[in-house]
Amino acid sequence: MHILIATIIKDMKILLRDRVGLFMMFFMPILMVVVITSVQNSTFELVNNNKISLVIYNNDKDSLSLKLIEGIGKIGLFKLQVSESVVTENHPSSRMYTKDALVALVIPQGFTKNILKKAEDIAARSLKDPDSINEKSSAPVELPDSLKMYYNPVMQASFRHSVDGALHSAVQVIQGEAIVKKLYEAVNQKEIPQDLENQILFGQFPISEIPVSSSGSRTVPNASQHNVPAWTIFAMFFIVISLGGVMVREKNSGSFIRLKTLPASYMNALFSKQFVYLLVTFLQAAVIFLIGNKFFPFIGLPVLNLPADIWGLLTVTIVCGYCAVSYAICVGVFANTPEQSNGFGAISILILAALGGLMVPSFAMPANLQKFLSISPLHWALEAYYGLFLEGGKLKDIWMNILSLLGITALIQLFTLYGLKKKNLI
Amino acid sequence: MSSHAIIIQDLEFQYPGREGVFFRNFNLEIRAGERFGLFGPNGAGKTTLMNLMTGILKYPAGSIKLLGHEIRRHPKYINNIFGFVPQDFSFYTELSPRENLAFYGAWYGLSVRQIREKTEELLEILGLTTVGNRVLNTFSGGMKRRVNLAIGVMHEPKVLFLDEPTVGVDVQSRHAIIHYLKKQNEAGTTLIYTSHQLEEAAELCNKIALIDDGKIIAHDSLEVLLSEHGHEGMEGLFLELTGKSFRD
Repeated sequence: MHILIATIIKDMKILLRDRVGLFMMFFMPILMVVVITSVQNSTFELVNNNKISLVIYNNDKDSLSLKLIEGIGKIGLFKLQVSESVVTENHPSSRMYTKDALVALVIPQGFTKNILKKAEDIAARSLKDPDSINEKSSAPVELPDSLKMYYNPVMQASFRHSVDGALHSAVQVIQGEAIVKKLYEAVNQKEIPQDLENQILFGQFPISEIPVSSSGSRTVPNASQHNVPAWTIFAMFFIVISLGGVMVREKNSGSFIRLKTLPASYMNALFSKQFVYLLVTFLQAAVIFLIGNKFFPFIGLPVLNLPADIWGLLTVTIVCGYCAVSYAICVGVFANTPEQSNGFGAISILILAALGGLMVPSFAMPANLQKFLSISPLHWALEAYYGLFLEGGKLKDIWMNILSLLGITALIQLFTLYGLKKKNLI
Repeated sequence: MSSHAIIIQDLEFQYPGREGVFFRNFNLEIRAGERFGLFGPNGAGKTTLMNLMTGILKYPAGSIKLLGHEIRRHPKYINNIFGFVPQDFSFYTELSPRENLAFYGAWYGLSVRQIREKTEELLEILGLTTVGNRVLNTFSGGMKRRVNLAIGVMHEPKVLFLDEPTVGVDVQSRHAIIHYLKKQNEAGTTLIYTSHQLEEAAELCNKIALIDDGKIIAHDSLEVLLSEHGHEGMEGLFLELTGKSFRD
């Protein structure tokens, strides 16, 4: 025990005197979490609170195009600018490149006329004898020129699809209303009342969005709840840069040669490193969570709500930290130079983070990559943290994730032992 | 207790992945209490032999006995009775001499009290007391060599292996180190030493072996070897036995 304590004291002193190393292990991850949460938060707010700037060029200037513009405005997703200028092909793009708008919509000339024509045709066919409904219309409807949506290429596909969906829904409402109006007129031989028309246009069935959590709480998840746990795991695993390098340097140094001639096992040195760096990962997580909880509101970020099950949080943090430390030691044992350790360590953690769903949610990953999710310890750690932070779960709800993480850790340790024996280090 | 510090019999050794056998049927005896110098040109096998005798390298055949104990069979016991001062600085430069000695003392199995007493004694003898709390990366080469030596002897080993312990140091540090080693030898420690400093070897060693190409080519007291080969100094003897061609 005396040997282990002396080794822990030695490792702690070396660690505390390495100011650059400490900066890398604490300040950089904190900065990373703050920056990524800020960026993700602005994206989150863009979707939920901010409005996407949309410029509309109305070449139709008739009743239905005006109604369409009104309908788009009522969706609530867009900050509208209706341009009265004459549209040329270059006009929308030049307007977008001066960053006036992320999206531009051009309503073609004859939009109202074409919609009404189509509605009339559908109404006429609907009122015909059912047996003759499949017959071709005597006067086929001329297809209208399409609405053109221009978008800035910086817009991610997911945003584009949201905008596209919203515009389609607005057009469908206009088309639906026109058809119902024509049917009403055909059946009742008079114009549709205004209140019925408004009901068709704006009286859509409401959908309420309610987050569901294991604890029964209905806290709306925010960018902090999503990002802070994910990037804390990344920071913990990124300790490979520091610890892997320390392992290689010590292995290649004269002090290691001397340790091999001393009457104590090298396992003492390994246990000491595991203990000291586990403490480092634990402190990293504690500092990041504390900053998320206490400091984020002061810099305009949403507060990180800590899980109700603190024991669960402690358990996941310790198991995740132990896995990160085991991985770093394994890389350090197999690498021959600090460059190898740093290069392989950093890139492998990026790959494992991507596979683990830290960068893109795992459900959005390609099916063939989803098969490899389970090999990434970061995936199990993320699932466990999300179980606590987002779903309000308790330790009993995430034990499978913890077991999987421990299983991967055991495999890494076995591989490390093999490396130590193969390289004649123990 | 064995009258021999080291007995090597029929030793075989080959570096993995390299062609040729480094040692074949290699034999050597070093008596307890000797100040034994192992010399040879670069690549002759001095450091390899040192690493085999300290158990850093494993040998497939033959036997190496340290004070009567086969080192392969009793590695833990063997590690308690010898000390090793490697050519490379083998300590943590982020720590002070006192902190290094506290760490290595624990690994030697010394108690906290023993570590404290031995640390102060060695720092005093080697002239490091006033800098005992300064981190080593601010030290000169000579001071680092003295710390390297202090770590190797703090458990009072019966056999002390020294691989070029004075390389790159000034006259004062060399004098302090050689003086201390002679004192240790007088107290009963067998010294097994390698160096390229032939004058220093002549001053320190009472028995020498010249090794070349994995073989012992001369082994006796320096006086006997000089007289047999008709040389006045060790350099002439060395060049006669190992030749003048470069070896690296």
